Amino acid sequence: MFVLAVLVGFEVISKVPATLHTPLMSGANSIHGIILLGVVVVAGSARTPLEYALVAVAAAFATANVVGGYLVTDRMLEMFRTREGR
Amino acid sequence: MNAVTQLGYLAAAVAFVLGLHLMNSPATARRGNLLSAAGMAVALAITAVRLARNTDTLTGPVVLLAGVAVGAAGGALLARRVPMTGMPQLVSLFNAVGGGAAALVAVTEYVRLSPAVGAQITVSALLDVVIGGVTFTGSLIAAGKLQGWVTGNPVLFPGRRVVSAALVAIVVAGAVWLLVTPNVPVLVVVIVAAAAFGVAMVLPIGGADMPVVISLLNAFTGTAVAMAGFVLHSVALIIAGALVGASGTILTKLMADAMNRSVVAVLVGGFGTGDTGPAAVGAADTSVRSVTAEDAAIQLAYARKVIVVPGYGLAAAQAQHELSGLVELLIERGVDVCYAIHPVAGRMPGHMNVLLAEANVPYPMLKEMDEVNDEFAATDVALVVGANDVTNPAARRPGNPVSGMPILNVDAARSVIVIKRSMGHGYAGIDNELYSAPGTGMLFADARTALAELTASVRTLVG
Repeated sequence: MFVLAVLVGFEVISKVPATLHTPLMSGANSIHGIILLGVVVVAGSARTPLEYALVAVAAAFATANVVGGYLVTDRMLEMFRTREGR
Repeated sequence: MNAVTQLGYLAAAVAFVLGLHLMNSPATARRGNLLSAAGMAVALAITAVRLARNTDTLTGPVVLLAGVAVGAAGGALLARRVPMTGMPQLVSLFNAVGGGAAALVAVTEYVRLSPAVGAQITVSALLDVVIGGVTFTGSLIAAGKLQGWVTGNPVLFPGRRVVSAALVAIVVAGAVWLLVTPNVPVLVVVIVAAAAFGVAMVLPIGGADMPVVISLLNAFTGTAVAMAGFVLHSVALIIAGALVGASGTILTKLMADAMNRSVVAVLVGGFGTGDTGPAAVGAADTSVRSVTAEDAAIQLAYARKVIVVPGYGLAAAQAQHELSGLVELLIERGVDVCYAIHPVAGRMPGHMNVLLAEANVPYPMLKEMDEVNDEFAATDVALVVGANDVTNPAARRPGNPVSGMPILNVDAARSVIVIKRSMGHGYAGIDNELYSAPGTGMLFADARTALAELTASVRTLVG
């Protein structure tokens, strides 16, 4: 599974023009925000104040990664509109 | 895990892959990002439903939602407010919190399981917190360097190799300890050492190499997330993390190639001190000719062909709209104008394209280095706006910090106008021989002011 995903990751990127490197990096950055899913899982099994505190911080971090990541990528890509006629 | 859940996670993984694939072209890139976001939403929704079904206390979900609310508000606010020039450091900041979250997930699980932590979980958790810790502080330092809160110069403190080695030793010793007997405080020591290592790793690296560093740390975070997946036995995390780890590694290599740097050389650091490399040979005669906005405007207005070379100075001055306005005016006068984009113009690959697109510059007007380099010879005026090292002819000779870096052949143009605030150095910290070339005129001003003056002059002088 892990190996397969690695191979796919190599394959997907190798054909990208330099122009889109920054948005692409930002896009990949958003995807690792999936760690929020892991935060949800540990939130379900947390039982002590220490664990709850860790969950709260991790949730804030991960959500900022997801929400901010996708919004910023979208903002960058929004700029690549081609204008109609000159 | 029932079939529906499995299918949902699989769909999310497919959405991530397809999303990245669609980002290969400007036309479909935005759709790709939306698809990726949709996949994320599906994966999170499934997990949230499973949590709601299986939990017997409300504290966890409440704490989770509180954190989510804070993170969502902060992330959205930053994403909306930060100007386009600040994008690279913002990506780095989001990368930092992602890495931090990945480390915290492993810590939480470790605390819950301890003292009965199995070897497989221990190894995954260790890898997760070490990589996550390094990423967290490293990305913050990288963002700080780009933002100017941390010096962009390489910080080479004496004995840094020793410090780094000591930190690695602490991490390794802690790892061995944990494999023998699980112990939460030791894990904390390992995290602190990893975090300190992140600082020690990025501080010696010059600001010019930050894009490569950020991209590398982005790949690190992906790997940390995959490790968190092994800790939690979550297939979705493993797949998405590995995908980012691999694609981020490729992207890092592409960026380094564009800058003619090797990733290893970047990590060794010390590039761009400005005093290690000797001044480029032939730079002894630094007599530069300065021109007025009026002169430059006349040159531009009566040129047949103009190539604009934007660089970080344009981004820093937020002058992309003024530039686009001037170019529009020249085009109306019948001048053939295009933009020459160096692969690493600005602070990262694609940075200029994004900025100029914001100013409504049509995508076809932007030409990549390889495509445009032969056109300089047939160009009347090359207008350099805040670009420095990527135009330095010294790169064609060995023996200086920019040697071998692919550059734009600006010096081949019949005449060159350079808009620059002062004779300050670029990232490589050396003189630019282009400035003392006979055909070059320097227009000393902030890019925004200079471009506004040029536009006004073109209007008044040549109507």
